Amino acid sequence: MSSTSVSVQLEATRDRKIPFSLVRDTSAIAHRNLIAYRRIPQLLVFSTIQPVIFVLMFRYVFGGAINTFPIPYVDYLMPGIFVQTVTFGAIATAIGLATDVKSGLMERFHALPMARSAVLTGRTIADLTRNVFVVLLMMLVGFIVGWRVHTNVFGVIAGGLLVLLFGYAMSWVFATVGLFVKDPETAQAAAFPVLAPLVFASTAFVPSDNMPGWLQVFADHQPVSATANAVRALTVGGATAADVWASILWSLAILAVFVPIAVRLYRRAV
Amino acid sequence: MTENAIVVEGLEKRFDGIAALDGVDFEVQPATVFGLLGPNGAGKTTAIRILSTIIDADGGRAEVLGYDVVRDPVAVRRRIGLAGQYAAVDPNLTGRENLEMIGVLGQLPRPQIAPRAVELLERFQLTDAADRPLKTYSGGMRRRLDIAASLVPKPPVLFLDEPTTGLDLTSRNELWNMIHELVADGTTVLLTTQYLEEADHLAGQIAVIDGGHVIANDTPEQLKSQLGDTVVELGFSVEPHAERAMEALAGVGAGRVEREGVDIRVSSDRGARVLVDVLRALDAENIEPATLSVREPSLDDVFLALTGRHAEPTGEGDDTQPNDASRGAA
Repeated sequence: MSSTSVSVQLEATRDRKIPFSLVRDTSAIAHRNLIAYRRIPQLLVFSTIQPVIFVLMFRYVFGGAINTFPIPYVDYLMPGIFVQTVTFGAIATAIGLATDVKSGLMERFHALPMARSAVLTGRTIADLTRNVFVVLLMMLVGFIVGWRVHTNVFGVIAGGLLVLLFGYAMSWVFATVGLFVKDPETAQAAAFPVLAPLVFASTAFVPSDNMPGWLQVFADHQPVSATANAVRALTVGGATAADVWASILWSLAILAVFVPIAVRLYRRAV
Repeated sequence: MTENAIVVEGLEKRFDGIAALDGVDFEVQPATVFGLLGPNGAGKTTAIRILSTIIDADGGRAEVLGYDVVRDPVAVRRRIGLAGQYAAVDPNLTGRENLEMIGVLGQLPRPQIAPRAVELLERFQLTDAADRPLKTYSGGMRRRLDIAASLVPKPPVLFLDEPTTGLDLTSRNELWNMIHELVADGTTVLLTTQYLEEADHLAGQIAVIDGGHVIANDTPEQLKSQLGDTVVELGFSVEPHAERAMEALAGVGAGRVEREGVDIRVSSDRGARVLVDVLRALDAENIEPATLSVREPSLDDVFLALTGRHAEPTGEGDDTQPNDASRGAA
């Protein structure tokens, strides 16, 4: 910021002050988005009802027909459910940002001397915070329907962190979607065709062994499968390193691609 | 030093190849109100959005308090407040929370934020509703909060984009008073409006904008002297009557007399007195109008005087965004 010009005796203090802080602005935006979750609990309820229905459906309806020997199906299922929950939950990031564009709030943010990326970091961090709650809730649901951890508490914590990291990466994907379509309904409609193949053509709910060869290739090499496999390895036991690394690398790669795109789109979002 | 608070030179902006601003120039003196007057789609909002660094111009330049909006956008943002059509508030937060959020993001020092919010809530008569989520606010309350939000960081330059659209008369008058107070305290205000009355009441200088061009830039007094202060509109049942009335009124030394089909418009600076003259002239010829109204000049009259045509919205990109419908009124 060069002060090329003169004329400003009005408030000399304005330039002396602290450079705006990404942390302060991010927490203000995150706080605002979390208040919305608190004021409209329906948002949380509906975003958790869907995964609960999935748990019940797969556990009691389809589960019997799916062979995951030697692991009990419920132990196979729950890690997939965690990943599915945060993946579909990321749509909220798109809807939230698109709503802000549409309501004109984004215009106001653009005219404020705030950190450029704070609207996005604040939004995604609020959604990450929500995910902590949702993942804990789904674990509880899992325990109720008979999910058992065969390793130890550290495996569960590590698995939870992997799921949250992946959910955070997906939030940035959907931040991009939301800023691109700029309309909450469109964002929601655009999300499903992207998410359905990612979540269902994966090893989240069923092993890939019985899929056709071409689909198997896809299902074995995509981030939902990688994360579900990693969490499974961490909670059921067995070799973990390869799956865990695959999941981490996928999440970091997604962030590396989508953070810059979303930040660029934010600049042009109004 | 009497430098201008806002300088706009040759500003150009195109949306999908259509010019929203086509070489706009104007200057605003510190601690004055400058009115941008024009119909929907004239380019008013586009000008405000460029000045508040929301979008970039395609040509020309703009400065706020000496800072170029493209080269020094952060310096500009530290000095401006923005409210109006497209600025907005968070419906899930309370009034107080909204103002405090803007305080943080507007980089107001932390200890000043809460007292500033209290002060503005008081000033905009929202104290009772301060801790209710905005969803419970009426359209007028929301609008007041929106304007309060723009004032949180105590900006020396304030942009108000059609600030009174959707306000009831009382709120409008309060807002007008508040603008007078702000200007008395040294704030520079750039406001857009579709109402000549509003520009006349508030602004010391008015630029009339049409199709991306400034077609007049004058004091309200000079603008109105071209229009007169009273407009008499006469409607006739058939055109021949209107033609005869035109002839009869030619002798009335009242100002401009114009006819469009069966309608005649007489502008005068002689106040209500002109009505007496008009009726006498018609009565002498034994002509009776079907309808008659007397009013103050409007934006439309300014347009007729300046361009010879009506102030119709050009509907280009600018003031008519597709997502309007979702905004505002609760």
